Amino acid sequence: MEHIKTFWRRRGLLWELVKKGIKLKYRRSYLGILWSFLEPLLTTVVLTIVFGTLLGRGGRDFPVYILCGRLLYSFFSTSTKAASKSIRQNSSMIKKVYVPKYLYPLSSILYNYIITGISLLTLVPLSIYCHVYPTVYMPLVIVPFILLFMLTYGASMILSTVTVFFRDMEYLWDVLLMIIMYTSAIFYYPEKLMNSGFFWILKYNPLYCIIMNFRYAMFGQPLDMQYVLIAAAYGIGLSVIGTYAFYKKQDEFILAI
Amino acid sequence: MGKKTLVVENVGMKFNLSQEKVDDFKEYFIRLFKGNLKYNEFWALKDVSFTLEEGDRLGILGLNGAGKSTLLKVIAGVFKPTEGKVTRKGKVVPLLELGAGFDKNYTGRENIYLYGSLLGYSKQFLDKKYDEIVKFSGLGKFIDVPVKNYSSGMRSKLGFSIATIAEPEILILDEVLSVGDANFRKKSEKKIRDMMEGGTTVLFVSHSLPQVERICNKAMILEQGKIVAFGPVEEIAQVYTDMLDKDEDQEIMELKRERRQLLQKIRARREEIKEEKKKQEE
Repeated sequence: MEHIKTFWRRRGLLWELVKKGIKLKYRRSYLGILWSFLEPLLTTVVLTIVFGTLLGRGGRDFPVYILCGRLLYSFFSTSTKAASKSIRQNSSMIKKVYVPKYLYPLSSILYNYIITGISLLTLVPLSIYCHVYPTVYMPLVIVPFILLFMLTYGASMILSTVTVFFRDMEYLWDVLLMIIMYTSAIFYYPEKLMNSGFFWILKYNPLYCIIMNFRYAMFGQPLDMQYVLIAAAYGIGLSVIGTYAFYKKQDEFILAI
Repeated sequence: MGKKTLVVENVGMKFNLSQEKVDDFKEYFIRLFKGNLKYNEFWALKDVSFTLEEGDRLGILGLNGAGKSTLLKVIAGVFKPTEGKVTRKGKVVPLLELGAGFDKNYTGRENIYLYGSLLGYSKQFLDKKYDEIVKFSGLGKFIDVPVKNYSSGMRSKLGFSIATIAEPEILILDEVLSVGDANFRKKSEKKIRDMMEGGTTVLFVSHSLPQVERICNKAMILEQGKIVAFGPVEEIAQVYTDMLDKDEDQEIMELKRERRQLLQKIRARREEIKEEKKKQEE
């Protein structure tokens, strides 16, 4: 109860920090927020050429398939990276004034979430171009999108706690992220792996479950409930562990930064 | 007797003083296997208790490493004490390293809102006070320039203006009475004095005894994390000089004591004259 009250009192600061993240991201660039549309669109073009045309894979809707995966993955990777650095980055503030420390990683996740939300609008013109039309399943994209937030929150809280004490975690996480990326089926179809005996690696990667469900909803299929459950289990589990670890260790942060 | 604004009870603060800071995995595991993870414990503060009332101005004296800054940080809430409890009534504003919380890519205007909300002021309040902050800081048209292009003086001027825009119940000063140029210094000193008269509780760290005597009504001497003396500033000033002059010749110490008493008399007489003048004017 006490915590909720403090949170409510400090919502102004949380909002300021979120605003700062968004504002500073594109400051001094000519196209500004337009980059949120352009950047994913351009990378999709590159990936489509490389994996679709050169390697001869994918059909007409392949660009939409790639863009979904890439946007969700890059939200996960950018936010977790930003959150794990956030405590150290704001150390000058933390050393001076008492502020609930979870506001720093939380704001890094939130501003990236908002930017990703804006970037997702790129899907509209691209879907039209690729003849992917909305169905009744379309609104269900919200389910994996919310699960993605939980997963990212949990991972970020754990990472930001660990990184304060062990800076190596930043570099280790880069490597882990690469593994997560390749097992998330971002630019290939997972069907080929289905019977290979390695499929379980994909299946128990929560990010893969989230991305696939997002695509199912986009392409007019029902969600895979097993994937929803796996992602939710990870999301809730990591969030509980992350919040607990952060809460237990936050008073020692100041001694380590 | 005013109401109590700050109660510090049995506060102790323990640090782990390891020779090298262990903040990577390799170091950590090597030490873990060697059974070498024991740190040297070090109490920066121990059994510190005192109470301040509304309008009290406490000077904290002590040599380097006596625990002054640690105490201020515990009171500001930045450090959580290892043991004991700090109870604060109302808002605490620390005027330490002014402008350290600024984002250097942000303009002055944006930093007013960022830093303001960091100190716990609401957006509406900052909207209302915005013009006043800018005016007091004297930054004029520079307010829309990114802070990274500010001089350090401009930065601390802006920091001071934001931090003191509301009257906090507890103000923490770290020899801060020298912000910016002569003009601004005068302005800021006046503002702090106004606050003191308005009943703000002030904690003031300084090496300069005359400064403490000028500003404070109470004083405290810290030595190796413990309170050696606490009381009215006149008494403590005496104790402090004696402490510093321990090795001096007896006669010199006597003379110094006399000088101190004379100075106190001069100060008291000045106050009297001031009072009399005030009465005459009325």
